[in-house]
Amino acid sequence: MSIFQYHFMQMAILAGVLGGVTCAVVGVFVVTMHLSFIGVCIAHAAFAGALLGLWLGFNPLIGALLFSLAAAAIIGPVADRGELNPDTSIGIIFSLMLGLAFLFMGLMHGARTEVLNLLWGSILTVNQQDMIFLAATTAVIVGLVAAFYKEIQAVICHREVALAVGIPATIIFYGLLFSTGVTVTASLQSIGGLLIFSLILNPAAAAYQLTYSLKRMIFIAVGFGVLSCWVGLAVSYFFDLPSGAAIVITSTIIFGLATAFSPKRKVKGWQHMPVTG
Amino acid sequence: MNMRHNMDDTVIKIQDAVVSYREDVALQGVSLEVKKGEFIGIIGPNGAGKTTMLTVINGLGKLVHGQAWVLGTRLNGGNCTNLRKRIGYVAQMERIDPRLPINVRETVMVGCYGCLGLLHRPNRAHWEKVDEVLEMVGIAHLAQRPIGHLSGGEYQRAAIARALVQQPEIFLLDEPTASIDQKAQREILNLIQLIHREYGMTTLFVTHDLRMLPSICQRLILMKDGKIWQQGDPESMLREDVLGQLYGGPMPVSTEIAS
Repeated sequence: MSIFQYHFMQMAILAGVLGGVTCAVVGVFVVTMHLSFIGVCIAHAAFAGALLGLWLGFNPLIGALLFSLAAAAIIGPVADRGELNPDTSIGIIFSLMLGLAFLFMGLMHGARTEVLNLLWGSILTVNQQDMIFLAATTAVIVGLVAAFYKEIQAVICHREVALAVGIPATIIFYGLLFSTGVTVTASLQSIGGLLIFSLILNPAAAAYQLTYSLKRMIFIAVGFGVLSCWVGLAVSYFFDLPSGAAIVITSTIIFGLATAFSPKRKVKGWQHMPVTG
Repeated sequence: MNMRHNMDDTVIKIQDAVVSYREDVALQGVSLEVKKGEFIGIIGPNGAGKTTMLTVINGLGKLVHGQAWVLGTRLNGGNCTNLRKRIGYVAQMERIDPRLPINVRETVMVGCYGCLGLLHRPNRAHWEKVDEVLEMVGIAHLAQRPIGHLSGGEYQRAAIARALVQQPEIFLLDEPTASIDQKAQREILNLIQLIHREYGMTTLFVTHDLRMLPSICQRLILMKDGKIWQQGDPESMLREDVLGQLYGGPMPVSTEIAS
């Protein structure tokens, strides 16, 4: 019997498509705006929130959503205003979230199977409720990106200019942060709290190496995201390995290959505009 | 609140403006009026408040005291986004990631996005306008190049083009010739003067380099320590004794003005 005839495998493949698409699209924002650390912080906030839900006995996705949105709401102004060095402030929030996550884990009694599933992910046991939430998240995020593509392009490439030409850049920026939180929440069960950010970052970072077109970057990132999920799933199934880890390592290999063959390999890093006319 | 009096020729009116960034007061009780079509140069040492003055006009800088009216509208926090659609702003040169996934043509089109509004896509007419402006500023041949791959002078032309596609009523330029070589500086100055002659926009031009003042400057504002220290016609302002007091040291007057 082909593995594709099993219901759990069909669900896993579908979760791979939806998760790969959503994470890749959000990843494009994170990579282009150089917000990787902020994204990691939001991901760990979602993880802490999910564990709070497990500990107190309510739906972990609700906890994850609330914590990730709260983290985005706190981090946004911190990164914006620069009261402290943003890295310091975000680092403090990150360590707080990690501390809370392990606190909630330590406070739980009994078997911690669900906790481990949230840590490592379990794409092979995605249930219908998770799938519906993931599908809805994918539809909303892809829809919003399509509807507000030009504003998003302006904000992620030239945020100060976007403000200066009359685009509601601050709203768009916070919308992108919140969408990161929602994406993390939706993908938490399948990929896992410790690894989810890698699936957001790696496919988009790989695509960033390969093109100077934002539209093409989104499509390439989506392709890499879905490919990472499917290849990781297959490796996990045939070699009996943790699925979240297999997906993330696959996405990292794809990133490595993209970097090795990148047309941007010889481009220098950030620089002031050269003095030559 | 609209300005009922002098509506026809005063486009900017600032009264006792105070702007502060945490403990630093960037503008201290500045008052200014600008008539429609004027070309004004703003000079002064670093930290004088020149950039902050421009950001008060386009609403990016927040007033902690005082009032500002721009294009007949009193600025408050809520109406600045709409007002910025009518103001072209060329900010100081920024650091650009050379891997940024956007080309020159798309970057210039960003200037239209505010006016287009949400949920509307640019059509062929908008792209033709972008191509026309790229031609005017002399970088049509760079339209498909990634924005991070331009030289300083080329990037400033793109920034000017982006401001122009908005068809602004006010044009704000913050050190547009900084950090680029002399030949490019002269070309940018000539371009700015051509634009002013062509469109007659109210223009405020900030520079710290006295050699880079366009000859069509009708009024010079000298800023120091967050205040307008003096203002007047260029001939009376560009004198060694005046500039010496402004900069706190000898300042030979050798303005190399673009023709």
